[in-house]
Amino acid sequence: MRERELRGMIRDVKEGRLDRRSFIGRMIALGLTAPMAGQMLMHAGVANAQSKFEYKPTKRGGGGTLKLLWWQGPTVLNPHFAQGTKDQDGCRLFYEPLAAWDEEGNLIPVLASEIPSRENGGLSADGKSIVWKIKKNVKWHDGTPMTADDIVFTWQYARDPATTAVTVATYKNIEVEKIDDYSVRVKLPKAQPFWAEAFVGIRGMIMPKHVFGAFIGDKSRDAPANTKPVGTGPYKMTDFKPGDLITGVINTDYHIPNMPHFDALEMKGGGDAVSAARAVLQTGEYDFAWNMQVEEEILARLESGGKGKAVPALGANIEHVTLNVTDPNTEIDGERSSLKSKHPAFSDPKVREAFRLLIDRKAVQDHIYGRAGVATANMLNGPDRYRSKNVAWEFNVEKAVKLLEEAGWKPGAGGIREKDGKRLKFVFQTSTNAPRQKTQAIIKQACQKAGIELELKSVVASVFFSADPGNNDTFSKFYADIQMYTNGPQEPDPGLFMDTFKSTNIATKDNKWQGRNPSRWANAEYDKLATAAESELDPVKRAAIFIEMNDILVKDGAVIPVVWRPLVAAISNSLRCRISGWDVNTGSIESWYRV
Amino acid sequence: MGNYIIRRLLIAVPSLLGISVVLFCVLALAPGDPFEELATNPNVPAEVRMALRQKFGLDDPVFVRYFHWLGAMAQGDWGFSFVSRIDVDKLILQRLPVTLFVIGSSQILALLIAIPVGVYAATRPYSIFDQIANTLAFIGFSLPTFFTGLLFILLFSIKLDWLPMVYRSDVAATGWKWYWEHLRQAIMPICVLGFFQAASMTRYVRSAVLDVIRLDYVTTARAKGLGEKKVIVKHVVRNALIPVVTLVALQMPAIFGGAIVTEQIFRIPGIGSLLISSILANDTPVIMAVTFVFACLVVFFNLIADVLYGWLDPRITYR
Repeated sequence: MRERELRGMIRDVKEGRLDRRSFIGRMIALGLTAPMAGQMLMHAGVANAQSKFEYKPTKRGGGGTLKLLWWQGPTVLNPHFAQGTKDQDGCRLFYEPLAAWDEEGNLIPVLASEIPSRENGGLSADGKSIVWKIKKNVKWHDGTPMTADDIVFTWQYARDPATTAVTVATYKNIEVEKIDDYSVRVKLPKAQPFWAEAFVGIRGMIMPKHVFGAFIGDKSRDAPANTKPVGTGPYKMTDFKPGDLITGVINTDYHIPNMPHFDALEMKGGGDAVSAARAVLQTGEYDFAWNMQVEEEILARLESGGKGKAVPALGANIEHVTLNVTDPNTEIDGERSSLKSKHPAFSDPKVREAFRLLIDRKAVQDHIYGRAGVATANMLNGPDRYRSKNVAWEFNVEKAVKLLEEAGWKPGAGGIREKDGKRLKFVFQTSTNAPRQKTQAIIKQACQKAGIELELKSVVASVFFSADPGNNDTFSKFYADIQMYTNGPQEPDPGLFMDTFKSTNIATKDNKWQGRNPSRWANAEYDKLATAAESELDPVKRAAIFIEMNDILVKDGAVIPVVWRPLVAAISNSLRCRISGWDVNTGSIESWYRV
Repeated sequence: MGNYIIRRLLIAVPSLLGISVVLFCVLALAPGDPFEELATNPNVPAEVRMALRQKFGLDDPVFVRYFHWLGAMAQGDWGFSFVSRIDVDKLILQRLPVTLFVIGSSQILALLIAIPVGVYAATRPYSIFDQIANTLAFIGFSLPTFFTGLLFILLFSIKLDWLPMVYRSDVAATGWKWYWEHLRQAIMPICVLGFFQAASMTRYVRSAVLDVIRLDYVTTARAKGLGEKKVIVKHVVRNALIPVVTLVALQMPAIFGGAIVTEQIFRIPGIGSLLISSILANDTPVIMAVTFVFACLVVFFNLIADVLYGWLDPRITYR
């Protein structure tokens, strides 16, 4: 599918010949994310679809206490210091961005009064300037009205390297200026196709100037408000014990009428995933539990209690296997897996293809992940109901054997294939995590049948994902033949995620293995497309580029998608809520209610 | 005795310094990174992570970091958590009361069970009561607390639905209801820890009493016509409990260790669960502080045991 066909389809949607959902469905089939498809329609002037979620309560409050259970409790309540999802979830109870992504990938206003677009003059034609208009009735929890000054301050606060905000990269290169009390202009250094980054979603929380103003830069850690948030959110904090408990009460000045429904809220942390699932699904002590990394069999048994259900939050995280195309066993200039070396087996595309055929993704889904991992052939994935039925992957040992034979790998001692004295014996590493070790075992079994021997290795997650250049077991050093982990775009635009596989991002000794591409995979055509996508303003052309990138990546076989992993949440039957996989779990907490 | 205590405290200083060097080195040499969660996030460039590492001094040599830590510690600055950026002493003080409450109550429960049962069993050795008490004690200290904890949850929270399985540090109630709610959620963890302790202590009390009850002065007491109750309570138990008191004091640090697992199971926000979450997050300053507090407890309770022993038994002199 190329650009012209895409344009035709968009015209069909505009004129009503094709409904929005099937358009998005087709885009997903091409390996695009749902939000991207939504953005394409938005750009073409097709209005955002109304989300199906209906907020029924007709007055503010009266819902009692909302009880949330996070098996790792939030430890930070400053959104610009929040490292992990648990912290981001906690921060979102009290802070809000200008706009956020809903579950269908539409950009919806939160503190902004409207989404900037070409039609309303919010986006400039050159793509370098965005005007945000903000709501006039927003008050901080201490009663001070929110103005454009707070937005400008948020930018100054996060971009200062001395503040050590984890969001610094989002704000470092942009300029923000106040137009009047209720509008600001964001200036981008160059035209950017994905402009909705600063002040949007997870990294876009607005901070109050009158509270944090004195604590910018080096003093950032001393701000009392780091543990006593003053935000604009639907709940005000009453107590915070890091890693243990957050309690909040209703914000009666909240800027959306009739919201929120609950009078108070409590977020308890600690424990483990299985007992958290139990507290919601079986005993009903809690209304909502986060990140149910629980085996499907156990989840189903707990659900049979009838007090709640486990629901996947649709995101785009992808568990994938990477084959090392460089040689992990030879040291060149002080580094193994050097770009100057070639892997004795995986540098041959036929061996890579054979290996791809040996991954039984269906077995991985059925026996290990269940609803928390859906077998897929694409690196880019979207919500389940939009998933393509046309894109195929295959598990076929005979075909793999045939390919290996063709490539000249003949059975040797002990049934292990060999060629020119080299044996198909690989080290397969991943982080320590029960589902991953089981997946390794499934792959090992199939490989054995095809005459490949795998040595399985698991590394503790905090070491595997560490940035420590002195450690040889990290995923970025990749001193193994094969490795497996999960990655994915945190926000709807896949641009940054797809950039991961650019050759300039390869982790090497020169960049202290900080490059985001540990796979060592390099492809000139892919690089060219990635560079083009970075500056391509037309969403349709850009979409076509991403489709092509996904295809190159998947067909080459050095990177093999296994399962697409939504985060599963346990939700009580009495709670009505929506969770967007493109935002934090608590992204729409203001609209949660009890029936 | 004052001299003795001062001397012991002075000896404790170099041993604590030694402990801190070992702890610090082990933690510094252990692989891992507090900013692991940023590593797989494509939205956070590597420079951000590197800047954070540098800012928090993670790239300095180990000995520089150690002396930095020691210097700050000497001035009462425990450092701050890399993850939450909150001062470590605040984090620990926030968690300490809950741990003390749970551990203290479980110790009291253990003593309330162990002393009467142990004494009674010793006065009637090899009777039916003794046999049963012995068997239960064996079962009690053979079952690890994480197992009994899960068993209790399954039985009392899930099957019977009597007690809550999640411990909350602030209960939304006032007056008597507040105490009741606190007690209700604490019953299971206190029982799990208390029974485990009681099991081993019962056997200890029993053997201590058995040792004493055969002594001549007990026979003398009986011979001069004292009632059995008076003989046991005033003459036997008083002497038999001297080693038991020492044992309780010496075991305190071990109980803190055992409470770590129990705290995790019941989601008790104590220092044990703080230690576990910090270890998982590679939050070195917090791990360092908590383990150091544990080390201080060991040294401190050893001292208490020695002092108590001398106080209870006049035959012991301090030199």
